[in-house]
Amino acid sequence: MNWRALFARQEFIILLVLIALCAVIAIINPTAFLSVQNLFRILRACIVIGIFALGTLMVLISGGIDVSFPAIAITALYISTRIIVDTGIDSVPLAFLLGALIGLGLGLINGVFIGIFRLPTLIVTLGTLNLFRGALLFFVGSERIRLSEVTTNLADASRLNLITVPLARGEASLHFTFALLIALALLVWFILSRTMLGRAIYAIGGDREAAERAGFNIVRTQFFIYGFVGLLAGIGGIVFGILSREADPFSIVGTELDVIAAVVLGGALITGGRGTVIGTLLGVLLITVISSNLVLLGIPTEWQRFVIGVLIIIGVGIPALQALRKRRLRVQTA
Amino acid sequence: MATMQTPPTSPQKLRLDSLIPRDSSLIRLLVITVVIFIAFSLAKPETFPSGTNLEAMARQMSEIGILAIAVALTMLSGGIDLSINATANLTAVTAATVLTAMTASPDTDPGTVGLAIVLAILAGVAVGLLCGLVNGFLVAYAKIPPILATLGTMTLFTGIGTVVTKGAAVFGQARLSELGNGEIGPVPIPLVIFLLAAVVISFILSRTKYGFDLYMMGTNPQAARFSGINNRSVLLRTYLLSGMLSAIAGIIILGRIDAARIDFGESYVLLAIMICVLGGIDPSGGFGRMAGVVLAVVALQLLSTGLNQVLFENSGANFFRQFAWGATLLLVLMLNYFSQRQRQRRASSEK
Amino acid sequence: MAELLRLEQIVKSFAGVQALKGVDLTLNQGEITCLVGENGCGKSTLIKIISGFYQADHGRIVVTGQPVAQWHPIEAIRAGIQVIYQDFSLFPNLSVAENLALNSQLSARKRFVNWREIRGIAQEALSRTEVDLPLDALVSDLGVADKQLIAISRAILQDARLVVMDEPTTALTEKEVRALFKVVRNLQAKGIAILFVSHKLNEVLEIAERVVVMRNGEKVLETPATQVDARQIGVAMTGREIAESTYDFTPPEGETPLLEVNQLSLPGAFEDIHFKLHRGEILGITGLLGSGRTELAKALFGETPAQRGTIKLNGQPVSIRSIQDAIYHRIGYVPEDRLTEGLFLQRSIGSNIVTSTLKALLNRVGFVDSDRVNQQIRDWVTGLHIKTQDVSLPVRSLSGGNQQRIVLSKWLAANPEILILNGPTVGVDVGSKDELHQIIKDLARKGIGIIVISDDIPELMATCNRVMLMRRGRIDEQMTIRQTNEHDLSAKLRQLAV
Repeated sequence: MNWRALFARQEFIILLVLIALCAVIAIINPTAFLSVQNLFRILRACIVIGIFALGTLMVLISGGIDVSFPAIAITALYISTRIIVDTGIDSVPLAFLLGALIGLGLGLINGVFIGIFRLPTLIVTLGTLNLFRGALLFFVGSERIRLSEVTTNLADASRLNLITVPLARGEASLHFTFALLIALALLVWFILSRTMLGRAIYAIGGDREAAERAGFNIVRTQFFIYGFVGLLAGIGGIVFGILSREADPFSIVGTELDVIAAVVLGGALITGGRGTVIGTLLGVLLITVISSNLVLLGIPTEWQRFVIGVLIIIGVGIPALQALRKRRLRVQTA
Repeated sequence: MATMQTPPTSPQKLRLDSLIPRDSSLIRLLVITVVIFIAFSLAKPETFPSGTNLEAMARQMSEIGILAIAVALTMLSGGIDLSINATANLTAVTAATVLTAMTASPDTDPGTVGLAIVLAILAGVAVGLLCGLVNGFLVAYAKIPPILATLGTMTLFTGIGTVVTKGAAVFGQARLSELGNGEIGPVPIPLVIFLLAAVVISFILSRTKYGFDLYMMGTNPQAARFSGINNRSVLLRTYLLSGMLSAIAGIIILGRIDAARIDFGESYVLLAIMICVLGGIDPSGGFGRMAGVVLAVVALQLLSTGLNQVLFENSGANFFRQFAWGATLLLVLMLNYFSQRQRQRRASSEK
Repeated sequence: MAELLRLEQIVKSFAGVQALKGVDLTLNQGEITCLVGENGCGKSTLIKIISGFYQADHGRIVVTGQPVAQWHPIEAIRAGIQVIYQDFSLFPNLSVAENLALNSQLSARKRFVNWREIRGIAQEALSRTEVDLPLDALVSDLGVADKQLIAISRAILQDARLVVMDEPTTALTEKEVRALFKVVRNLQAKGIAILFVSHKLNEVLEIAERVVVMRNGEKVLETPATQVDARQIGVAMTGREIAESTYDFTPPEGETPLLEVNQLSLPGAFEDIHFKLHRGEILGITGLLGSGRTELAKALFGETPAQRGTIKLNGQPVSIRSIQDAIYHRIGYVPEDRLTEGLFLQRSIGSNIVTSTLKALLNRVGFVDSDRVNQQIRDWVTGLHIKTQDVSLPVRSLSGGNQQRIVLSKWLAANPEILILNGPTVGVDVGSKDELHQIIKDLARKGIGIIVISDDIPELMATCNRVMLMRRGRIDEQMTIRQTNEHDLSAKLRQLAV
């Protein structure tokens, strides 16, 4: 790949922006930014949004959009926690298994509406967002469950670390679920770029009719996409519960547009057909660095959303302007 | 009602039957609304159909109704506006800031209060128009997909508001409470404003060149361009209108709760989109009418309040409401899907 | 010759309209069969039945003597049937290599992707067709001819036993057509059956061994290519002999031309264009694809404005920088692609007619005057004999000919001085074609200056009094219709390619 092609890729631009931003923060406030603690803190903040973003990436590539995943995540977390509390089987793997299964099931409901009835994805998931969350709060419960009060293993999982680095004062540690994020990212990368299923997702997003003609099974692929997104959301919900040591049915919902913004910043096209795992992770990292480290630049936290807003507009504006310029060029060389 | 989408129906078509909606999905929605009303009136005969309750419902649905009209316009153009709520809040913050600056002291003289109210409303609407201008520019000139452009500006407007207010509430000094809580005769002022907005917008859609162009562009932007419709200007005007309507909603909210918070009512965005879809606005553009939006707002409000009353003893009424919203949306989508399929079948078996 | 695929009594309806009314078709190994017919005759539907994209309502599909139970794209592909669609069916967001290899990966029921293997397959495909394309480039970055090469290479790669080509030459220059024919004969030599779908009769007669003509969903003629000529095929396609009168016109001595174009240029599209158009004149512009004829039309209409040169209307220099400018100067444009650029299919007949003229139908306060709107709609519906009972029905419900009348009436309502018609009868059935030509001539007689852009030579002969040939963005030759004839013009057009 030559340099010009590299520069034209949004992933690369995001990487440059990220490096520049880190360099600026590091110069202005080296002690606070350049610490293992801060690095781990940023990475920890990436885990849940990163898992959600991986699912969102898949949906966007296929040309759809899903706003229901936060409702799936919180439903999976809350019901799993209740099952664990009620049965007394206090096991972390069980929590993940339950969360994944509940997420898968709810995701497949989206799949039915989208795959079989061919209804528009935004509208369907808007409906199921309300449906799932309303059902959770009304039929299951609306009280916050503090994990430390009812479980031991699950509550202790918040202190289960991947790496612990001793420091002069205290220690810095990275939570084990970061490994989960990396594993899931590798899995999604593998599915997207090394399996025919993944190529089907790109193909559908590129040209649905052509994909159908080529012999891809569109309905089955869409069932996979929305089921898998639900599964990721369920896992993400459990991770959220472990990290925050509680199952609060009012949390998570409301983050859907932020996650979509991160994925779009990472180079995925909302019109489908384009997007990469690495870009998505970079987008998540960029948003996380901004939201947790702007203060180190001496910029008050209330500027956070402003900066992210500007970033999104620039992020989506660049490809739009590139497309405009390309079209003009084509007229002149046609 | 039926003249809304016209101009182009032949004159012999304008008979009495055109006064009731011919559109089958609109009739379905009307029936659903009436059924909801009757059902809750039977379940709670003392409280549900009472004057106080009707008034309370009218008040509650007006803000979201106006926001839904804003979204409906952008949907007709083939786009969407996710920044409506951010615009409304930024407007409310602006107006409240003006009011606080000019009339914070309780013994401000009436002249200054009057001036402050006018200035606050003007400043609010100006902010709304400015927000609409930014959206319009990004969509019409930079050609950014509307969902992304307004996702960005939603964050941006909220960000600006957060910077200005530092996240705290700004109070309206009770200067606009008449607007949010008053009545004209028996009718709450917010409802008057909502209905007025709906009527004016339907008039614009049915009787002006802009309205006609909006429908045509929403149906096929390519053909619209080749027909000499200035798509950019139509888009720009649409987002300006959407910004202005959001601003009006913001001022009503400020009047009702006498406080402006930049993070108020975050669920309004998705709720407004839901209302539009329920009301028969085609999310891919070009089709749908304000009558549908108004009906959908009424239906959802009846459902919400009714469920609240029926489930009063249960603390989770609010939550069931959300469930019911989602279920209604999916139900209506399915009904439309099956009736469309049936119509296609009938069409193919006719010949 | 061994039979490869046999279709028996295929019937297919859409929303109550029979697109195929019991069609039989047999395709043999190593034979080139040409399927011809006017637009809307059912040939596209037939192709989609062959490819498994549509399922027939009735009828049987027999592959090498075995009737098939299920016939979906995946079964068709496994049976060695490859269809190259007009839009190529490529994935713009994927690389050249992947586009080439994807289908064979799919039919091999691969679950995983081996990128090295994909590159290998792609290389192999390109070497078979002897073309050179960058394997890593995105298809969306390539031009039309390259896309076609990918589509062909991909089809050949599949060990195809039958290759169906749907209008493969539409977007090709004559030179590329030669290259394509060479490839096609190559395939034939390997024993592959070819179904070549086209409406260009000269090409059909050149390449085909057997010609099948369809009309109105039925097969009306099947014959060895050596036993027919273009005229006979034409009669079979249209169902009757067509004899149209020519349009005679001589501009009055000394009259200021309605339109005068000088040194008009848009780099990359056309250069140094000069011509005049008088009131009542019908000027034909023809040329091959990429000759700049469409770009010139779009420049005159302000869609993609020219960069240099002058345009004079009635002797006055004007500037046309946007479509609004063109409409202001009373220039109308009927686009080539009626369905996407000319009409609002889901909207009512009435709305379509008044789209461009609503400004003139406002009352004094600026609101739409429904009485005048309805008046105008009625006037045009009757004036152009548009067959409909209800103008509030969507345009989609009309036939191609009536749809084209709607587009015309939209512009006529604007009372134009100049009307530019790009491919005015593409996709229109034959009867309507004559009537449309008559309408065009009547309009010219009323004093409108008309430009017809077309590569349908008989159409140019029947409507225009003067024809201009374009080649590589420049005017190659201008002649009056009496200085030429159909044969001569076709020959000239063919020569342009070389």
